Amino acid sequence: MDVRVKDIRKEFSHLPALENLSLNIRSGELIALLGPSGSGKTTLLRLIAGLESPTRGTIYFGEDDASSKTVQERNIGFVFQHYALFRHMTVLDNVAFGLTIRPAARRPAKAEIRRRALDLLDLVQLSGLEKRYPAQLSGGQRQRVALARAMAVEPNVLLLDEPFGALDAQVRKELRRWLREIHDRTGHTTVFVTHDQDEALELADRVVVMSKGRIEQVGTPDEIYDEPNSPFVYGFIGQSNCLPIRVEAGQIWLEDRLIGLSAPGEADGPAKLFFRPHDIELVDGCGGCLAGIVVQSRRVAGTRHVEVELGAARTRVEIELPPQRAASDGNRIAFRPTRFKLFRD
Amino acid sequence: MALTSDRGWQFRQPSVIPGFGLALGVTLSWLTLIVLIPLSGLAWRSSSLGWQTFWSLAADPRTVHALWISFGCAFLAALVNVVFGVLLAWVLVRYRFPGRRIIDAMVDLPFALPTAVAGIALTTLYAPNGWIGAHLAPLGIKIAFTPWGIVMALIFVGLPFVVRTVQPIMEEIDREVEEAAATLGANRFQTVSRILLPGLLPAVLTGFALALARGVGEYGSVIFIAGNLPYVSEIAPLLIVIRLEEFNYPAATAIAALMLMISFAMLLVINLIQAWSRRRYGYGA
Repeated sequence: MDVRVKDIRKEFSHLPALENLSLNIRSGELIALLGPSGSGKTTLLRLIAGLESPTRGTIYFGEDDASSKTVQERNIGFVFQHYALFRHMTVLDNVAFGLTIRPAARRPAKAEIRRRALDLLDLVQLSGLEKRYPAQLSGGQRQRVALARAMAVEPNVLLLDEPFGALDAQVRKELRRWLREIHDRTGHTTVFVTHDQDEALELADRVVVMSKGRIEQVGTPDEIYDEPNSPFVYGFIGQSNCLPIRVEAGQIWLEDRLIGLSAPGEADGPAKLFFRPHDIELVDGCGGCLAGIVVQSRRVAGTRHVEVELGAARTRVEIELPPQRAASDGNRIAFRPTRFKLFRD
Repeated sequence: MALTSDRGWQFRQPSVIPGFGLALGVTLSWLTLIVLIPLSGLAWRSSSLGWQTFWSLAADPRTVHALWISFGCAFLAALVNVVFGVLLAWVLVRYRFPGRRIIDAMVDLPFALPTAVAGIALTTLYAPNGWIGAHLAPLGIKIAFTPWGIVMALIFVGLPFVVRTVQPIMEEIDREVEEAAATLGANRFQTVSRILLPGLLPAVLTGFALALARGVGEYGSVIFIAGNLPYVSEIAPLLIVIRLEEFNYPAATAIAALMLMISFAMLLVINLIQAWSRRRYGYGA
């Protein structure tokens, strides 16, 4: 089911947490809300769930206005960061809970509930553990129970709040791939919150980058990485360098030097130049390039990360080179960004 | 785990906390002095009676009746305290209202008040000519000077035990668990009855055990309100005192030993249930 958030504003004791935010979530989509802590991503998720009510604005589930519906009526599945399992119930009872509490008219027969819960446990690869209690499971297993429990009610939309946040790196990676598989198989419209950009970029169909209660950019992982539309997104997603430059007659100047890049149509004046460490080419000799002194060089897996001080202001940038390329400290190095973007303040 | 199993069974698990010997030594000496010596004196006295005498003393109808009254009333009072103690704790934890702190402090009063004062106050209220008793008498309900009076007094002294054991656990309930139940479609009643209360069970059991133990041993408040009629409203602790005043030490010892055994057996069972639920649900782990 598609979910539309329209002009939502949320205040907590008169401090705005979300400001006039709109977002369309397509049916069957796996979408990530990504942002630093305090960006409002969890608040947005809880508003969709109905665990919070908006100060202003509307939320549509399909064509229905869900804003005035209670959390129980919205029929959503919610997965919490710390699992929030019912610890006095077995795994099977946890998964079946949403079905067993339905009013008699809508409740499936006992055997049917059991069958569906077992099917879901099979889907999340926990067959055989249905008689265990949550305390007897590992963190990753608990979160899979939580997901099965959320899916048992056949939710309109599946909402996950930092679902892998409490797990260690190895399990996280595994569950990430596994969640993608489950999504592809079941086709639930899924929204998940994360502050981990790798998770968002790897997992999601579309990524919503949030900051300070606003949406900065919505796009596919490729769009978000390759075409960041604001300095915030450039800085937040992946590695990037920022240089204070000047535009004069379509040419870009760093301090008193031309750096060999042109910005046709760009108005004269100061601006910021953003480029990624790997989007550069080395040049010999220098008639229009960025040149500086190597201050540090580290080998990280398949690349060499080199820190360079540029110009009189000694602005530090980081570039990535092939590992065989030696770059010792104190040497002079010259390069030119192959992809870059200018932002005005 | 693998390390210790290599070395076989060890009295002391390896630990980084120093002072195990000293701490255990002090604990054991203290426990011996305060609990074990008096209790073993009791065991020694009653064992010197011989099985035959002990059994005939224990089977005395008046003794059996007094024990029955003591444990029965304590059990009923503990049950009532569980219901209202949990409710009281719920109100104190979940709602914010003017006077909450005062009510919170009042819960402890039965701890502090001399039990005789409580007994006299309750008797004055519930006696047939008392404030409450006068209204109940026309309805044919008698509380003071009957076993119901005993239950009343034991409810009074036992209440704080339930409230104070349940309250901290209730405060720790994770809000997310309630939210999870709500997202799955549970209404408030279902959330409370199926999620919150079962989660409180171990704490409730502890409170019940404490209130029960307290009720069984209670003397001061009960003797004023009970009327102390043999075979009707005479509690075992009072019978012990009566036997002592008659210089009938063997009978007093026998009753005391019986009370001790029954209490110990009950507390042991409750503790086992708790340990089992802890292991299963992972509370306190």
